[in-house]
Amino acid sequence: MEEELRALLRDLDALKQRPDPAAIDRMRERVAGMVTPVAVAAGAAARSKIKDMSAEVVDSNPYSRLMALQRMGIVDNYERIRDYSVAIVGIGGVGSVAAEMLTRCGIGRLLLYDYDTVGMTKTDAAVQTLSGINPDVALESYSLNITTVKGFETFLGSLKARSSDGHNTGVDLVLSCVDNYEARMVVNQACNELGQTWMESGVSEDAVSGHIQLLVPGETACFACAPPLVVASGVDERTLKREGVCAASLPTTMGVVAGLLVQNALKYLLKFGQVSPYLGYNSLKDYFPTMEMKPNPQCSNPACVQRQKEYMQLKPARDAAAKAKMEAEASAADECPVHLDNDWNIRQVIPHDCIVVDDSDTATPSILSTGTDSLPEGLVRELPNADSYQEPVAPVTSGAIDDDDLEELQRQLDALNSS
Amino acid sequence: MEGWDKGTKSVVGEIPLLSTRAGPRDGEAWRQRLKEEYRALIAYTSVNKSKDNDWFRISAANPEGTRWEGSCWYVHNLRRYEFPLQFDIPVAYPQVAPEIELPTLDGKTHKMYRGGKICLTVHFKPLWAKNCPRFGIAHALCLGLAPWLAAEVPILVDSGMVKHKDDEAAPADAAAASGSAAAS
Ligand SMILES: [Zn+2]
Repeated sequence: MEEELRALLRDLDALKQRPDPAAIDRMRERVAGMVTPVAVAAGAAARSKIKDMSAEVVDSNPYSRLMALQRMGIVDNYERIRDYSVAIVGIGGVGSVAAEMLTRCGIGRLLLYDYDTVGMTKTDAAVQTLSGINPDVALESYSLNITTVKGFETFLGSLKARSSDGHNTGVDLVLSCVDNYEARMVVNQACNELGQTWMESGVSEDAVSGHIQLLVPGETACFACAPPLVVASGVDERTLKREGVCAASLPTTMGVVAGLLVQNALKYLLKFGQVSPYLGYNSLKDYFPTMEMKPNPQCSNPACVQRQKEYMQLKPARDAAAKAKMEAEASAADECPVHLDNDWNIRQVIPHDCIVVDDSDTATPSILSTGTDSLPEGLVRELPNADSYQEPVAPVTSGAIDDDDLEELQRQLDALNSS
Repeated sequence: MEGWDKGTKSVVGEIPLLSTRAGPRDGEAWRQRLKEEYRALIAYTSVNKSKDNDWFRISAANPEGTRWEGSCWYVHNLRRYEFPLQFDIPVAYPQVAPEIELPTLDGKTHKMYRGGKICLTVHFKPLWAKNCPRFGIAHALCLGLAPWLAAEVPILVDSGMVKHKDDEAAPADAAAASGSAAAS
């Protein structure tokens, strides 16, 4: 390169003495030959697809450290991650980070949902970035608003659909990374209807706390079983200045919550460690409350109640399987007693703030929770329960005049609007 | 009902309550709910007109009644400021309220989410949740949009973010103003 540049410099000096268009053309060609064309440069940066994950430590293998999890005995079979499909709803501060983490982990297939645009659709932009990071991941982009009827039907259909290679049926896990209650209720609706396990994530409006939650339809509380929980930031609501602002946001809090979410998702998919049913994060105090919630038999969501019935029906089979597993483990433990000596005086610490909140009796207060309805310290209900049906204070519209038809009512409103 | 002025409280009491718990995917039950929505909107519009406080127009933009469009206006310093108004009935309705959008104000105020959805007070969602399924579109307009306009329009006008249509800026200024409508 250096030598060629020196030659070019000599030729340029010669050109200064005697202008020669032909010489300029030849020089242009030489320079063009020295720079790598843009398309080639981009292609060289992105590696080609890798067929099998291997533990071999070579430059060309990006998976060796991940596969080391298997060698160390943390994960039984890391490579199974390529068989899994995960749907991420909401590609904002939490969702985009979660998508990148799963992509780097080598997840098999990612389905991305968002309605927003950033020049191009947010989901297409994410696909572009992620395929550059790891071309082995099958990426699907869905630019739609899941809270509308039309968007919802497409969302449901895509969760049920097989992937293009026919390898997976539907998805293994849905991650909700949306930033509002309305959209969470929609993900809840879809997952209850499909019996689809999902994980919820959220960051508080003051951006200093967050949470993740595992939801297994029929087995755990669904998002509509009880009013949503929030981690109390410890900041007095009365001193919180809300004038002129809607919600704050902090990339670090969103990054931590995304990390907690994907860690829980990996534990769930690859079956290692303990999957957290609920994990809160208070960043001001670095406090992490945990809890579990049983489903509410009087849940307002009919699909949730249906899944609860099915779960109850399968109880005998589940109990038998659990008993057989325990017996097998007991006989295995007899053969090799572990760590009888404890030189380091290490004992297991049982987290004191892990309690079970059973919401099955619905005598829960209908006022906004003050954190006293048997919730762990630091967790509060974000919304109140719906009031039980009392005699309405204003006349209820249904009843006497119910024979009106819809078109007639529409005409009445139109007439009023144009008067 | 902490968080609302006396006038709003007395008006909301005059809007008929709804009773059918049905969303846009619930077939016949949704048609029943729609009838209740219309009755509530008719009553609320009539009350507003009788009090000389007519402030919005809204009607279903599709036969299913899941998309609503119209306009709303607010009078500040004796001048009327009017804005297009739209929203979809969400799948989880009536458990969740419709997210009311004022698309022309998107990017002009912090009191808004992506896509021009207005940011309601901390008092709105708890009250809506408590009153599910008795509150409908009319209640969302009365308790959500009306107080939002009363709080935000004066700020938008006084800060110059919103101009009266009679003294719209020259084209160059208008372009500069709309350039600030960036996504968050
Ligand atoms: Zn439920």
